[in-house]
Amino acid sequence: MSGPTESNGGARPASSPEEGAEWLRGKGKDADVVLSSRVRLARNLAGRPFMPRASRDEREEILDSCRSVILQSGLAQRMMWMALHLASKEERTLLVERHLISQQHARGRLSDGTGGLKEPRAVAASVPDERLSIMVNEEDHLRIQVIRAGLAFEEAYQAIDAVDDALEQRLDFAFSPRFGYLTACPTNVGTGARLSAMLHLPALKMTGELEKVKRAAQDMSLAVRGFYGEGSEAAGDFYQLSNQTTLGKSEHVLMHELEREILPQVIRYERSARAKLLDKRKNALEDQVHRAIGLLTHARLMSTEEAMHLLSQVRLGIVCEILKGTDLAAVSRLMLLIQPGHLQQVIGQSLTQEQRRTARATLVRSRLKTSSRKGAG
Amino acid sequence: MNCDRCDNEATVHEITVVGGVQHEKHLCEQCAAEEGVVIGAGGSVTELLGKLAEGLPPGTAIEITHASPKCPSCGLTFSKFRHSGLLGCASCYSAFEDRLGPLLERAHEGAAQHVGKVPKRALAATRLSPTGESGPDILGDAEQHAQRAQLLRKKLEEAVAAEQYERAAKLRDELNQLETEKLSPGAESAS
Repeated sequence: MSGPTESNGGARPASSPEEGAEWLRGKGKDADVVLSSRVRLARNLAGRPFMPRASRDEREEILDSCRSVILQSGLAQRMMWMALHLASKEERTLLVERHLISQQHARGRLSDGTGGLKEPRAVAASVPDERLSIMVNEEDHLRIQVIRAGLAFEEAYQAIDAVDDALEQRLDFAFSPRFGYLTACPTNVGTGARLSAMLHLPALKMTGELEKVKRAAQDMSLAVRGFYGEGSEAAGDFYQLSNQTTLGKSEHVLMHELEREILPQVIRYERSARAKLLDKRKNALEDQVHRAIGLLTHARLMSTEEAMHLLSQVRLGIVCEILKGTDLAAVSRLMLLIQPGHLQQVIGQSLTQEQRRTARATLVRSRLKTSSRKGAG
Repeated sequence: MNCDRCDNEATVHEITVVGGVQHEKHLCEQCAAEEGVVIGAGGSVTELLGKLAEGLPPGTAIEITHASPKCPSCGLTFSKFRHSGLLGCASCYSAFEDRLGPLLERAHEGAAQHVGKVPKRALAATRLSPTGESGPDILGDAEQHAQRAQLLRKKLEEAVAAEQYERAAKLRDELNQLETEKLSPGAESAS
């Protein structure tokens, strides 16, 4: 079966919360440090007002014209379309946790305070791989996103470039020779491209060298953000590194700089910090990793923050070969399943915060025990 | 800032200093017109100041800041943009071009010109003007340069990958020449 799939009213981004989500695979080049490479393009339709000045009718018209083009351009074998103004809070939360939509898009509110939950907006995503997603009527009419596991910007860019070309055959994008692709916020104007790597940097954090890396990144006009992007905190030593400027540098130059120069350096730093820890503080590191697995496999109550922190330690233990029978993909999957929306989806009912802490601890306990038994066997 | 007389946004600001005491007026366009404050639409600055000075007692100082420019297409004022950080439509970029230029340069590390992908339709428009001649240079020199370089780099990578080294060498030379032209724009015509 292939072709466009319409969702709404109980439909899920993937057939089960355990599937999909490319960045969870724990595979790809340099996957010990780089969880995923993501490219995002901001595009607006020519001749239409940008979102802050678009009336409800205009927003609906934009949504309709984008919907038919997105679903009929053969962008992926199967595309899911979900109208977010009709979606439930639970569905929107799942999409945010899977990095398919931004928190801002879930709320429907723009950074200038306009908009709201009922504003016509949607997300389209390729299923079940979730490698491509397109937010419609976020801050810009279109925010196209392609994600790949590991360090793979060139592959991700090629894929998104093809999607952009396909859409452009049927949509006229607002463009100026001087300013490039025109966006609602001038900080995105030019290529409209944001390249962002999700990094796991626990060793740099422990050795206190992370601040140096952050400063160096800022000097190269790169932004360092948390696990869920703009305005979010770093959870479990996961950071997003992305370009801050979009004007004056071509997509190819930017991509090559990140993929061939900057990220290999960050990867080297993190690996050398890991080696240093293994060399000088092996006992302490082993203790920390085993304490983490001990808590995860025995605790009865657990918050999202604590679980993320401990899973980060376990991930470090796996890539440093301290923990042998635990699977990296299983740990990555847990990072998603412990998020409030996914947890309730797995349990199959809505839970209070207190109930979630219990459910989370139970889920983590059973999953990690199964995963390490499988790994050992 | 709201108008002193109504809830509209104040776009005309008049500061008069009489005998060392400063009086400020912040008005919307309509109220300003009703109060007889002349807004600088048409006419020279001298004329404007001449009109304003009429009937004022000697020793009066006047300072007028121009009304915030407005996008003719969506009606967004520049001051509203300064407040929200978001533009209203594609035409805002041309309506506020002079003011956005320096802002963009600051936000994008001094860059003022797009380099990179161009929608194919815009590219086609430059090649196929209705008269059949080459169309207006909507891409600008820097952009065309970047486009050519990008294309050459892609071809070069393909040639290397296909082990066509002779072709790759030619492409490399072409690319080098393009880079030199970029560094010294006069070089091509001088040679």
